[in-house]
Amino acid sequence: MSDKSSERRQFITGLGLAGFTGLGAIGALYAAKRSWDPLPSVKSAGFTTIDVSPAKENQLVVEKWRGKPIFILKKSAEMKKDKRDLVIGGANYHISIGLCTHLGCIPSYRPDSHDFLCACHGGEFDASGNVTKSPPPSPLVIPPFKIDGTKLVLGEEGPEYKKLKDAGLTA
Amino acid sequence: MAHFKKANSLNEWMDQRLGVNTLKKVMQSEYWIPKDINFLWAMGMVLAATFGILVVSGIFLLMYYIPDTKLAFDSVNYITMTEVGYGWLWRHVHGIGASLVFLIIYIHMFTGIYYGSYKRGRELIWLSGMLLFVLFSAEAFSGYMLPWGQMSYWAGMVITNLFEGFSPDFAGGALNSPALVEWIRGDYVPDQAFLGRFFMLHVFLMPLMIIGVIVLHFGTLRLPHVNNQEGADIDFDEAAALWKAGNKKESKVIPFSPVFLSKDVFVLGVYFILFFYLVFYNFSFAMDPVNFDPADGLKTPAHIYPEWYFLWSYEILRPFSKDLGLLAFIFAQGIFFALPFLDRSPNVAPAGRRGLFNIWFWILLIDCIILTFMGKLPPEGIWNVIGFWAAITFFALWIALPIITMLEKKK
Repeated sequence: MSDKSSERRQFITGLGLAGFTGLGAIGALYAAKRSWDPLPSVKSAGFTTIDVSPAKENQLVVEKWRGKPIFILKKSAEMKKDKRDLVIGGANYHISIGLCTHLGCIPSYRPDSHDFLCACHGGEFDASGNVTKSPPPSPLVIPPFKIDGTKLVLGEEGPEYKKLKDAGLTA
Repeated sequence: MAHFKKANSLNEWMDQRLGVNTLKKVMQSEYWIPKDINFLWAMGMVLAATFGILVVSGIFLLMYYIPDTKLAFDSVNYITMTEVGYGWLWRHVHGIGASLVFLIIYIHMFTGIYYGSYKRGRELIWLSGMLLFVLFSAEAFSGYMLPWGQMSYWAGMVITNLFEGFSPDFAGGALNSPALVEWIRGDYVPDQAFLGRFFMLHVFLMPLMIIGVIVLHFGTLRLPHVNNQEGADIDFDEAAALWKAGNKKESKVIPFSPVFLSKDVFVLGVYFILFFYLVFYNFSFAMDPVNFDPADGLKTPAHIYPEWYFLWSYEILRPFSKDLGLLAFIFAQGIFFALPFLDRSPNVAPAGRRGLFNIWFWILLIDCIILTFMGKLPPEGIWNVIGFWAAITFFALWIALPIITMLEKKK
């Protein structure tokens, strides 16, 4: 066999081997990626209904949605109203996912100063979830919701949520 | 087939089949170690021994541990600690071992920096060592998740949130990936999927990789040999010939085994006095009381902080806004890898004889200690200010390193 055809044979063998093992590797990587995805049972358990009418003014109620704490704060007359407020049954509410937008600790509510303090890295939010002290980069996130009388369905995008979202006020 | 003669001894039989005599020469009796070294050169063996102890204690903990979010906490705090005979011993050995392994890693690293043991053919030793540091960090973090207490849960929450990347305003949101966080967790929050995968990482994949990189780390050391107290460029062939000719006193080297190893064993003995003092009399040092509350996704502990060995890099992230903090954190994690290339001086000598570099070394060491203390204190008032300037000093030092080492005169 001439040198040239031997080189050619090596090249083709190498290409074939690299091609098939490469394909196998891509397939295995995809399967590995999919194995780490959230399970369907986790994803489908993502809706929660909460009745907000028992909430008292300036007292933080914490509910749970998708394993995350949900803040429900009924505002009193002296508290500042905000574009991010939800109006349910004539009263203003602040509703948000109770996780600091910095690294996800739960801020605590201080009823006297009407604000939230995150103990992890010292971030602060006002009673409407707007950042008043860094490091959090953005306000407390408003979860997708639908208002149904005095009830709130979390996980579903109602018209009020869509309006807030379009105005860029949800986060 | 190779030709085999009848072996006259077990050693000869093994040598024919495995080349054990050659192996022994290369790894032990003719692996030359300079005489001019001190106890700090024993830290590698101290680390290897501590890792061994972590593996053994881990095996016993693994037999009763249950990787289920409802059962994990009790399987550790009730079954292992109160029911299993000597279960408490394995747990305290494992906790103290995990803490001390980082203390020794830091001593080992700063020894290498002080004596310039990352230059002149020793770059790969440094790089593989840094890779081990990263793997040990991942091993420590994944292990910290397993008791599923409050600190486990919230450390898991905060650290996985780092993978969200920069905020949506930064670089047009190209580096913002909340979906990546959910993928890593396998859920919206740390839960069963999260615990299961971190269990796998901690007991299998990470230890496997650590063992592999330890072998690599030893391999990178064999040809350039270990450094010495003066940074002297030793002719190992000449020094070895002197030793083999019987001029042991004149030779600058000793064989690794049994001569140097006997010194290692002495240092190990001293180290284990400290180790078992902590295990038996001060084990709470590695047992955060907050982690004795079961994980609760609806309640953040009032003040959360990592174990002491992560505090310096945690404090570097803390004084800044989210994006700057993340940049700072990535910088702090990565910059030590670049040390052999940022040090522009060809001199291999102890820092004490390198002028400006000596000052650089001690400021870096003190700065890391200050960062460690600030990381433990609550983020308020004067602590914020000190933490901020300590973080700034850290960056300034690494930016100054190429300049001050370029100014250094060649010896």
